[in-house]
Amino acid sequence: MNSKAGSTFGSDGATDSSAARRNSKKPKYSKFTQQELPACKPLLTPGIVISTFALIGIIFIPIGLASLSASEHVVELVDRYDADCVPQHLRDDKLAFIQNSQTNKTCTRRLIVPKQMSSPIQVYYQLDNFYQNHRRYVKSRSDKQLKSKSSERETKTCEPEGTTGDGLAIVPCGLIAWSLFNDTYSFSANSKSLQVNKKDIAWQSDKKHKFGSDVYPKNFQSGGLIGGASLNASIPLSEQEDLIVWMRTAALPTFRKLYGRIEVDLEANEEITVVIQNNYNTYSFGGKKKLVLSTTSWIGGKNNFLGVAYLTVGGLCLFLAMGFILLYVFKPRTLGDPSYLSWNRNAAGYSN
Amino acid sequence: MNLDGETNLKRKQSLQITSSLTNDQSFQKFKALIKCEDPNDKLYSFIGTMYFNGVQYPLSPQQILLRDSKLRNTQYVYGIVIFTGHDTKVMQNAMDPPSKRSNVERRMDKIIYLLFTILVVIASIGSIFFGIKTKGEMSEGNYMWYLRPDKSSIFFDPRRAGLAAFCHFLTSLMLYGCLIPISLYISIEIVKVLQSTFINQDQKMYCEESDKPARARTSNLNEELGQVHTILSDKTGTLTCNSMEFVKCSIGGVAYGSGSTEAEKSYRKDKEINYFELKPLSSGFNGYERLVKGFNFYDDRLMNGQWVKEPHSETVQMFFRVLAICHTAIPVVESKSVSYEAESPDEAAFVTTARELGFEFFQRTQMSISLHEFDLKIGRKVIRTYKLLNILEFSSARKRMSVIVRTEEDELLLFCKGADGVIFEKLSKDGQVFEAETKCHINEYSEAGLRTLAVAYRKLTEEEYRIWNEEFLAAKSSVNADHDMIVDEAAEKIEKDLILLGATGVEDRLQKGVPECINKLAEAGIKIWILTGDKLETAVNIGFACHLLRKEMKNIVIKLDTPEISVLKDGDKEAIKMAINERIANQIREAQSQVSSSKGSSVSFALIIDGNSLAYALSSGLENSFLDLAVDCASVICCRISPKQKALVTRLVKRRTRKTTLAIGDGANDVGMLQEADIGVGISGVEGMQAVMSSDFAIAQFRFLERLLLVHGHWCYRRIAAMICYFFYKNLAFGFTLFWFEAHALFSAQPAYNDWYISFYNVAFTSLPVMALGVFDKDVSSAICLKFPSLHQDGIRNIFFSWPRILGWMLNGIITATIIYYFTTNAILDQAFRSDGRVAGSELLGATMYTCVVWAVNCQLALYLSYFTWIQHLLIWGSIFFWYIFLVIYGFFPPTISTTAYRVFLEACVSSPLYWLSSLFIVVAALLPYFSYLTFQTMFFPKYHHSIQRAKTGDS
Repeated sequence: MNSKAGSTFGSDGATDSSAARRNSKKPKYSKFTQQELPACKPLLTPGIVISTFALIGIIFIPIGLASLSASEHVVELVDRYDADCVPQHLRDDKLAFIQNSQTNKTCTRRLIVPKQMSSPIQVYYQLDNFYQNHRRYVKSRSDKQLKSKSSERETKTCEPEGTTGDGLAIVPCGLIAWSLFNDTYSFSANSKSLQVNKKDIAWQSDKKHKFGSDVYPKNFQSGGLIGGASLNASIPLSEQEDLIVWMRTAALPTFRKLYGRIEVDLEANEEITVVIQNNYNTYSFGGKKKLVLSTTSWIGGKNNFLGVAYLTVGGLCLFLAMGFILLYVFKPRTLGDPSYLSWNRNAAGYSN
Repeated sequence: MNLDGETNLKRKQSLQITSSLTNDQSFQKFKALIKCEDPNDKLYSFIGTMYFNGVQYPLSPQQILLRDSKLRNTQYVYGIVIFTGHDTKVMQNAMDPPSKRSNVERRMDKIIYLLFTILVVIASIGSIFFGIKTKGEMSEGNYMWYLRPDKSSIFFDPRRAGLAAFCHFLTSLMLYGCLIPISLYISIEIVKVLQSTFINQDQKMYCEESDKPARARTSNLNEELGQVHTILSDKTGTLTCNSMEFVKCSIGGVAYGSGSTEAEKSYRKDKEINYFELKPLSSGFNGYERLVKGFNFYDDRLMNGQWVKEPHSETVQMFFRVLAICHTAIPVVESKSVSYEAESPDEAAFVTTARELGFEFFQRTQMSISLHEFDLKIGRKVIRTYKLLNILEFSSARKRMSVIVRTEEDELLLFCKGADGVIFEKLSKDGQVFEAETKCHINEYSEAGLRTLAVAYRKLTEEEYRIWNEEFLAAKSSVNADHDMIVDEAAEKIEKDLILLGATGVEDRLQKGVPECINKLAEAGIKIWILTGDKLETAVNIGFACHLLRKEMKNIVIKLDTPEISVLKDGDKEAIKMAINERIANQIREAQSQVSSSKGSSVSFALIIDGNSLAYALSSGLENSFLDLAVDCASVICCRISPKQKALVTRLVKRRTRKTTLAIGDGANDVGMLQEADIGVGISGVEGMQAVMSSDFAIAQFRFLERLLLVHGHWCYRRIAAMICYFFYKNLAFGFTLFWFEAHALFSAQPAYNDWYISFYNVAFTSLPVMALGVFDKDVSSAICLKFPSLHQDGIRNIFFSWPRILGWMLNGIITATIIYYFTTNAILDQAFRSDGRVAGSELLGATMYTCVVWAVNCQLALYLSYFTWIQHLLIWGSIFFWYIFLVIYGFFPPTISTTAYRVFLEACVSSPLYWLSSLFIVVAALLPYFSYLTFQTMFFPKYHHSIQRAKTGDS
């Protein structure tokens, strides 16, 4: 890199002052107006190119290794249950099964812990083909109503789940709240039940500032069509963490949401029994439901993508750097030799 | 009068008959009738008659004050208003100034259309998919109950999917509105104004002598300067100073004057014969050369009163009398010295010369001219007054000017000066004594690049004059369309049987640095045409003097006065026309075969054509072949052409070559050309401001053109081109992330980002760095631009704004967007975002993606820039930093305002290593394609500017 500071600074001082005395129209000298500000002029010289590629490689490969190992350390247990939790004889018409309030929705799953999982173990539910990012869905909420009791009637944005048939405001209103996920899980290992801690699963800022502590559910799930879960009307919204988590809409149609945490370690090959209340209807739109148990590391959950991507790009850059070095050693080009140029072959007639 | 731009004095006089009306009372009984022509736009003619006491008095332009005239030398005048408002000649002349736009901007419009198309296509694709999906919402197995399709509003109603799709189309037009860079127009305006400031402030384009800096009068065309392909230049006042210097004269067949001219010097330089020997001599002259402006005449035989001893002393006396009397200049007496205000610099030079040689013109009244002159008989200086009877004025048709005076001895004399050809035709038998020698001298002078005029006189008898004068007055007072012709005819009747005195040679000095500048421009591959009203010989001489023509070039001359055509003179007009047309066509064809036969060899051609031939060559049948020929020639000189032809040639060149043309000129006669060309450059020289007023750029001297084109033009072109490309890049990079997200949200037009992020994208996070690019970026320093003029070829070939380049940048934008979207979603979604197990929702995806976009587009700019001052650093890194600041501040707004951005950065992102690591990776990944491309290009297929840049690094 070539940095060159302007060296013509003082030289114009004398002419400048005399010009000013004559009150002439001569433009005043300044490095700015004469476009002579000191500048660095980076150029893609082979040296810079090679070192840039090499630098990227050298930085990226360790980062890649670190993230990959962090991701590999995470133990993840995924169980899809939406298909298996329908009784055998009802599998031809899953929709009838899920919509019938009389059928027994309880379903028991046994999971084997693949590796030792140290607490806290995050419990997620994962939905698939569920468009929480659909504009109609995202918009159907009322932040004002969620925040304060006095704005209870602010349900205009919540249609079609703003008011009950009698015109009473629904709290919390809107499609998002109405379709709240209502499967429940209870875990036990070695016939001893595992407590799932459902505190502190929502973002603090939501609990404190977005959902009012004096706002209580009202007229919720009281309409003709019941969407998802009902809420305990005696608990303020700020304490309804499941709702708060659900109301942070997901970005893509496949998403996980935090259900709770198991705060004991699980040993490898341990068998966990999960009793699922399979209430939530994903059958009508062909969505999948999964239960996910996962530990975390400093980088979060299990995802090899970033690590692999870092390694790939880092490797590629190192490879390019190497290639350029070889090229430079075996076939050095004269820098700035204009005769190399395609341009010069048909240059217009004049030359010095 | 500041109408034709010429600020020099114009003499205006009242009629003799009304000159007694000098106070308000005298008008009480004054009654007269004026008949005059209809309002028209001819500034230099006026036809009218005043009827007063039953007598007709002709009114001429001499009696007319045009609108906006300013009185000098006089306190006040009495007058009558003839035309007002839009009827005045000035208003009749007012032309709508042409609106000029640069090539780059015109192409930019096309890109905007392209973007519009992309916008509509994207929106339609979205709408179609949305329509299909919405229709399918009610179907079995895909019933998205959580969206309540049974109770949805018309925007999402599955039963009316078509309508919903249309509504969606409108919504997406708004969502993707950011694809159309409205802020681009504003940014470009700001950038161009700043670029113009740099042009105005450039010290190296400031002229000390005239105290004039360069001025960009419009900021529209800065980048066009870097693409100039053809320069059409006026000669007088543009290449030359338009300060005439009297150098040589031929009196009575004897040549006087030993000064040398620029053309001669340059001739010598070309031949390099004895140049150094001659040098001391010419520098010796320079010692007192500048003593008197307009006078560069040295000859001991004439100076200091020595002319008395010459053999033809009477002829010499008469010669200088003509110079001292036959003119329209006005003396300005200051203490003891006399200076002159003249309509043309030639006249000033003549009068000055006459003064220096002892014929000092010091007073002009309406009726007389007074001189201090040396009386041969008495042998000392006396005051002589000549009664001025008539002035037969100069016009371009007549090419001569005469005055008729009555001397103190009651002799009637007609003094005449004019173009040699015209005068020689009108000589009497006795007056041809010196004709041969004078002709010979005139040829020598014009070869030396001098303007020549022949000088003659005749004696009149009282009777002859009286008869002629009546006729002349009648002609003058006639009111009809042929007025001018009748007056000219009348004048011609007395301008005959002249006695030749001699000829003058006036040098039109080349401006400083013109040959060097033209050399550089030619090296840059710019074609230069000279369009001049001068004679062919003079034009060719100036061409040699300013290196436009070189010895090794082959000259192709197309002109009409060849023998075949003179023979035809008596035939009927149609036949002549046909013959001439044929002749010109032949000449062009011959020349073309000459040029094409020597293609590939290093011989270059110069085309020289005169105005008459040009009129035929530009007629519909021949214009294409003529222009093809002209384009193949390295330099073209058109001489003897009228202002209108100048504009016509400019228009044809512009249309035919489809390249940028630049016209440069200084006089009112160049205005048409300046307005017609893509860029008009006015020289703020001697001939007033008219050209400057209608120009796009004004410079003080021709040589500044070099810097204007090669430095500022190059920079501005590169900057604007890069800026526009980059603008499209950044908007596509942003817009396509939105698109990819929408595509994964059932095309429901859900934006990926918080509304305010979207609004601020073009305003806050990406606007200033791109302006820094547009204002400050430099690929090479000004010194290198001048050292390697061929860099200008980049602009002529338009390689920085070619369609492949533009589309390449757009593609780069789409690639960047795709990389950012897919890598971000893959890196941060589904699994826990942080070690506390919380996952990323749409708000975190939005913030992360947006971070990557801001970083990527700003770093992309940093990669592109080749010139970093603290301003660039501040703006680029500042913009990125500002995004974080914005995120923090916006996060503190109440949730009802900030919605999804509420505390998103401080609470969720800062403490998540995944956020930082993924943004680092994604930004680098998004930049890699461009960086690799750039690397491969500079390493293996370098462009010219790359190698120059590198050569420079190698040097330093």
